[in-house]
Amino acid sequence: MPRASQMTSWTDLQLSLEGIGYVASDDLSTALHIAITLGRPLLLEGAAGVGKTEVARALATIKETQLIRLQCYEGLDASQAIYEWNYQRQLLSIRAASEAGETGMAVEERIFSKDYLMERPLLKAISQEIPPVLLIDEIDRADGEFEAYLLEVLSEFQITIPELGTITATTRPLVILTANGTRDLSDALRRRCIYAHIDYPDRQTELAILASRCPDIEAHLGQQIVGFVQKLRHEELEKVPGVAEMLDFAAALAGLGIKDLTSDPAVLQAALATLLKTQADRALVPIEVAARLAGKAA
Amino acid sequence: MNKITRFTGSDPGAAARVSGFMAHLRDHGFHLGVAETETALRALSCVNPIIPSEARLALKSVCAGSVEDSAQFDLLFDSFWMAEGRVRHKVIPSSTNPAQKDTKSTRTDDAQSTSGTGTIYAPEDAQGGEKSYADSTGKLVASKAHNLMKKDLRELVSAEDIRAAEQVAIRLGKALRDRRSRRRKAAQRGRSIDLRRTIRRSLATGGEPLHLAKHKRPDRPLKIVALCDVSGSMLHYARPFLAFLAGLMRADSASDAYLFHTRLVRIANALRDDDPLRALNRITLLADGFGGGSKIGANLQHFANSYARNFVDGRSVVVILSDGYDSESSEVLGDALAKLKRRGCKIIWLNPLKGWQGYEPVAKSMAAALPHLDAFAAAATLADLASLERALERL
Repeated sequence: MPRASQMTSWTDLQLSLEGIGYVASDDLSTALHIAITLGRPLLLEGAAGVGKTEVARALATIKETQLIRLQCYEGLDASQAIYEWNYQRQLLSIRAASEAGETGMAVEERIFSKDYLMERPLLKAISQEIPPVLLIDEIDRADGEFEAYLLEVLSEFQITIPELGTITATTRPLVILTANGTRDLSDALRRRCIYAHIDYPDRQTELAILASRCPDIEAHLGQQIVGFVQKLRHEELEKVPGVAEMLDFAAALAGLGIKDLTSDPAVLQAALATLLKTQADRALVPIEVAARLAGKAA
Repeated sequence: MNKITRFTGSDPGAAARVSGFMAHLRDHGFHLGVAETETALRALSCVNPIIPSEARLALKSVCAGSVEDSAQFDLLFDSFWMAEGRVRHKVIPSSTNPAQKDTKSTRTDDAQSTSGTGTIYAPEDAQGGEKSYADSTGKLVASKAHNLMKKDLRELVSAEDIRAAEQVAIRLGKALRDRRSRRRKAAQRGRSIDLRRTIRRSLATGGEPLHLAKHKRPDRPLKIVALCDVSGSMLHYARPFLAFLAGLMRADSASDAYLFHTRLVRIANALRDDDPLRALNRITLLADGFGGGSKIGANLQHFANSYARNFVDGRSVVVILSDGYDSESSEVLGDALAKLKRRGCKIIWLNPLKGWQGYEPVAKSMAAALPHLDAFAAAATLADLASLERALERL
């Protein structure tokens, strides 16, 4: 029965993600599974530091394929995202050709060949042998026009280069888009994508993440760290610490040789540098507050 | 444990039920088309649809497109599939097509919750001549929360108002944009060479790049973020202001709007609805404390801590429409504005009372706010808003 295999497959995905140290919620694993099965892009939203980018990395690892990353920024354009001709090389080649007495057509054909083409992430992603994972990071930083162009690429999976013709995808990449909410994304893009929102993990999940990422941290300290960070997220901070910060914090404590959070407030305060990233936040959590939170977390 | 909705025997099958569900979502403001229904069905085939939680997750990943959607989706899912919130419309003529009823919802005979469903749709007497929803059968209602509103915004704003306001908003937007274009000139000095076109042209001159093609930096639009106070003391001015917000949203896709009374509500998405009257309906649903007390400071603080982080930056103009009568401490307001200001935005406060003769900003909170404002102007009517053009140009 085909259903039997399908039935378990999103939980399989969840398990294999967990196997390589990524603890995914049910929401996320279902969405990821559907996106992979239907060949749709997956749009991930959530606060900074909840592991959006990490999903793509983990997926590339379990699929044993390449991760191609396109970091979006304001003003990103086609020449940075899709392809660009290698102009310097073209110029040199033209000069060399004219000295050798080559004719125009031959030169033109050569300098607009694939040797002179610089593949940028999008073109690279559709011209791979094995379907790669294409991570389009922080899509909301790019402007509306790029988003529209991206939509076209993601629906057709082909790119037209005027000088070369249309390049059709050899394989369909698994596309993951992440957004931080810098601006509202267009409805068209949202509609094309499978959507998942990643939230800060709950206590149990975060413990599992810590255990899989930093296995050498003792259970007692792990409990304290997670409890402490979870408490800290309820404070009115400017920059709420994410999972990445929690792992840094754990690594810092392990590096400092701490066995118990409450043992030395001064060291705890020093390690807070990994969690609190603005002056105002540091001021908000002075040494006494930190010690009190650590005491409660224990 | 939730009861699962039982569908009648004449139900035409799973596909019809899913498309019924999609229609249900659509009725509650989700933008979903036929393609989404197809995707939803395919998504269901990826999981085990017999288990409600799996079906929920699968449908959610397809239908929801934002955090707000996700939260609303759960309610709508429960109301459709979990035998909750099924409510018959109060004024149903009993002789409607029964076949239609079967596909939309089922047992209409069990416990009906209270009235109030009619307010989701424009009643027949509303202008605009749109199709009346009053005769549709057994519409599903998302949640009880939607029935709580006390004031209907449609009493306050008409379609003509919105059209007039749209004109004003477009003009104001232009006033801000003029300033933008002056700034662009300076940036042009730093423009770079467009190698792609240069090489292309150089082929005509034997590889010598004689004509240098150049890039110029694109315009970066200025965003208007409007926060409108709709507390009791502002009720008289709500009409022009809401119309202005609606006009602003429709004129400029980069702008953003919020209402606040005792709490803050984002209304940008609701206001962008194609139909202006339906847009107001949607706000009415959101603004259930309309006309209540005012907590300006607390709301602005909340805004600075949440939405502002994502939507306000150095290219934003925050427009606050309020009379400055805060029921709470004025320090909070000062702090909130200072925090907002640190994001690099411009802050304009439009106070309807300022137009009064002999008005002094003595309200404590107004006094606390003044040092943080880039402009403080009077605005009680649409005409006042229109005359702001000058002030904004100077900003």
